[in-house]
Amino acid sequence: MCAEQSSTSPPTASVTSIASGRSPLASHFDDPEQQFEASTLGMWVFLITEIMFFGGLFASYAIYRSLYPEGFAVASRHLDYRLGALNTAVLICSSLTMALAVRSAQLGRSRALRLFLALTMALGVVFLGVKVIEYSHKAHEHLVPGPSFQFEGPHARTAQLFFSFYFAMTGLHALHLVIGIGVLAVLWILAWRERFSPHYYTPVEVAGLYWHFVDVVWIYLFPLLYLISRA
Amino acid sequence: MAHSPIVPQRVYWLVFITLLLLTLVTVDVAFYDLGWLNISVALALATTKALLVVFYFMHLKYSPRLIWGFVGAALFWFLLIVGLTGADIFTRDWLPEPPGWTSGENVP
Amino acid sequence: MSTPVVESPRASRVNYLNVSYGIRSWLFTTDHKRIALLYLVSVTLFFFLGGFFAVLIRLELMTPPGDLVQSETYNRLFTMHGVIMIFFFLIPAIPAVLGNFLVPLMIGARDLAFPRLNLLSWYIYTLGGLFTLAATLFGGVDTGWTFYTPYSSTYSNSNVMLTAVGIFITGFSSILTGLNFLVTIHKMRAPGMVWFRLPLFIWAHYATSLIMILGTPVVAIAILLVGLERLFHIGIFDPKLGGDPLLFQHLFWFYSHPAVYIMILPAMGVINELITCFSRRRIFGYSFIAFSSIAIATLGFLVWGHHMFTSGQSVYAGMVFSVLSMLVAIPSAVKVFNWTATLYKGSVSYQAPMLYALGFIGLFTIGGLTGIFLATLAVDVHVHDTYFVVAHFHYIMVGGTIMAYLGGLHYWWPKMTGKVYPEGWARFAALVIFVGFNLTFLPQFVLGYLGMPRRYHVYPEEFQVLNVMSSAGASILGVGYLIPMIYFIWSLRYGPKAPENPWGAKGLEWLVPSPPPPHNFDVTPVVTGEPYDYSPKSEGAHVR
Repeated sequence: MCAEQSSTSPPTASVTSIASGRSPLASHFDDPEQQFEASTLGMWVFLITEIMFFGGLFASYAIYRSLYPEGFAVASRHLDYRLGALNTAVLICSSLTMALAVRSAQLGRSRALRLFLALTMALGVVFLGVKVIEYSHKAHEHLVPGPSFQFEGPHARTAQLFFSFYFAMTGLHALHLVIGIGVLAVLWILAWRERFSPHYYTPVEVAGLYWHFVDVVWIYLFPLLYLISRA
Repeated sequence: MAHSPIVPQRVYWLVFITLLLLTLVTVDVAFYDLGWLNISVALALATTKALLVVFYFMHLKYSPRLIWGFVGAALFWFLLIVGLTGADIFTRDWLPEPPGWTSGENVP
Repeated sequence: MSTPVVESPRASRVNYLNVSYGIRSWLFTTDHKRIALLYLVSVTLFFFLGGFFAVLIRLELMTPPGDLVQSETYNRLFTMHGVIMIFFFLIPAIPAVLGNFLVPLMIGARDLAFPRLNLLSWYIYTLGGLFTLAATLFGGVDTGWTFYTPYSSTYSNSNVMLTAVGIFITGFSSILTGLNFLVTIHKMRAPGMVWFRLPLFIWAHYATSLIMILGTPVVAIAILLVGLERLFHIGIFDPKLGGDPLLFQHLFWFYSHPAVYIMILPAMGVINELITCFSRRRIFGYSFIAFSSIAIATLGFLVWGHHMFTSGQSVYAGMVFSVLSMLVAIPSAVKVFNWTATLYKGSVSYQAPMLYALGFIGLFTIGGLTGIFLATLAVDVHVHDTYFVVAHFHYIMVGGTIMAYLGGLHYWWPKMTGKVYPEGWARFAALVIFVGFNLTFLPQFVLGYLGMPRRYHVYPEEFQVLNVMSSAGASILGVGYLIPMIYFIWSLRYGPKAPENPWGAKGLEWLVPSPPPPHNFDVTPVVTGEPYDYSPKSEGAHVR
């Protein structure tokens, strides 16, 4: 391989830029552009692993639902679609506030950024609160899979299968939301310390991608679990 | 293009309102018995909503085509799981069962 | 060219090994080269632990009756052997050790895109390893490395949860490594390093990373669901509720078949580098080899059902999977033909790494061709779950992956450590391993074809001769693995200093001193030519 040496990007230059603290460019990157592109691409690749992670569950769901359409429909009516719809709206609102948070970071509006991050977290907590109410209802109605599961009618076994999916899918989704809230909390602290600027807001952008992804998962979960057949 | 472009606030609000309206439609349409169309309509609505989120909130519209490729690959691979697993499960009873056997499937 | 002992003028400079000292400088390092060495130590430990279980298995199989261990214990032995070798050695071995060390060096980058994530992935690997070690210490698992439901989810009384958690966690280390490689290869290439100037090692790692990204999460969810079923009665695979245990097998093999390509693709990447260097020839059909890596990664996801031909899968799906499985033979054969064509009229020299590479080609060919037998639906019904299968996949995993791993380790050892290993011993060890390997696994093809099932510790008398041959071969193989371990460690202290480019090889990693400086390149290289320019007219890698 023929190679020549060029002095386009001596590593010392980027080391000094770390020391100055204004634009945190890691020393192995050539410029902020490369760092931003690498970080967003990295997050997208991570989200692809998430698609495959949830994908395994969705695929299993699709197969069982087509095997047992009746049982799934009957069991689905035991979920409160109004709470599900409320939570969908809550998450959509949180996606809006998240998008506005990223926009504020792009514009360097630090106070607005902190406000929108806080709103997003609050909406996430609301979602989890509704989820807790739903879970406790299900526990109360003996709809949690296991020895205590009780279901009237001919579809008792497939109903238990449906609720297995319900708890596995919404549980994993809720776990992702909890992690998301934790990430936003860290961002809020960083924003409070004025770490972001229009030149450097990569963590906000990347966390936003994650948050929206969690919203997208719910957008599919809502009709698939709550609204199988209401007619 | 170093960073994502700054999307006008108006776009975000429009997407937001569309998403809320589509949610209402999703709920409403579930109360009509459309037969096999129910699931198709529900998935079509959900996919529309998901695309709005992905393209505008997640800035995919303004992202390099490389990322489009990765997202497309993920969707294709997801369909692979569903498709090839389904190819097994839905063709299992094409062969007639030997006399005296009972299928483990579709037991209520 | 045989390992000239020339004091390199730059040898006294700061390198990644002497830049800082102490245990903290290693445990908190973000240097991809140091992390590669951390991985080297950990995967070696697991290799010998997995090997220890193999020794016990082969000892038990010396005699027809089950006299050394109970059947219960035997179940745990082969399970732990499989779990440790596959998840903790074969999958991370080449990507996490050689890949970690070489990917940034080969593309002219100062580090991977996410150095801290890289360190994190080593810690995750170690954590998963600790869970699995704990499971081993508490008595092991008896489900087989495949964790088939409902045995694993309902009936097994062994440490399924601990091992499942260990594998689940380690999966994330694999995901993070793949993510890091993908982003690095896309975004961190030096100026002029366009896609078709990349060494084929990089193409192989790109394809491997794709599998890690797309496959690993699916096995993670499958194992998670088994865990949920054991803990909370979330009965997705529970036949009592109308669940389908075969669905677990689908999800499991969706990853675990491509996982074989996580093991073999990086190995093929290593072989490209060795074959070109030691035959002094430009690689034959660069783009065919590059795209065959991608093709293997893609086609590898379409064939998983061939593990389920006899487990109750639909016959029609079986036929489809059988035909699709044959397709993988095409890109694999493309590679073998191209390596052979590269050797043709080359000035081949038989240094130790080359011995491993030549061994790889032969053994991989045998392993691959017997794979076609197994992909044939009707033949598989006869030989499924016999030693034929065991022999087949050991030819791929041991004869393929471990041969290439050792070849690569020898080839880049001077670069990694700055020391030269003893060439004579290395050639001797390569021959011992080759002989021992074939003596171990060739008889198993015959055993399987005669009908000896796998995973039993008792067998009829007429199988004893072949089993004793296999155990004898295993002891030779074991010695063969110990020899490199000894002289590698010896060379760290007593080996002569390695020059920058002991093999006269091409590639950016040979432009920097051995061992490389902490940031790899003092000035970013600008690439102006193709990767394997071994033609006599070329003056080699010159620096302007």
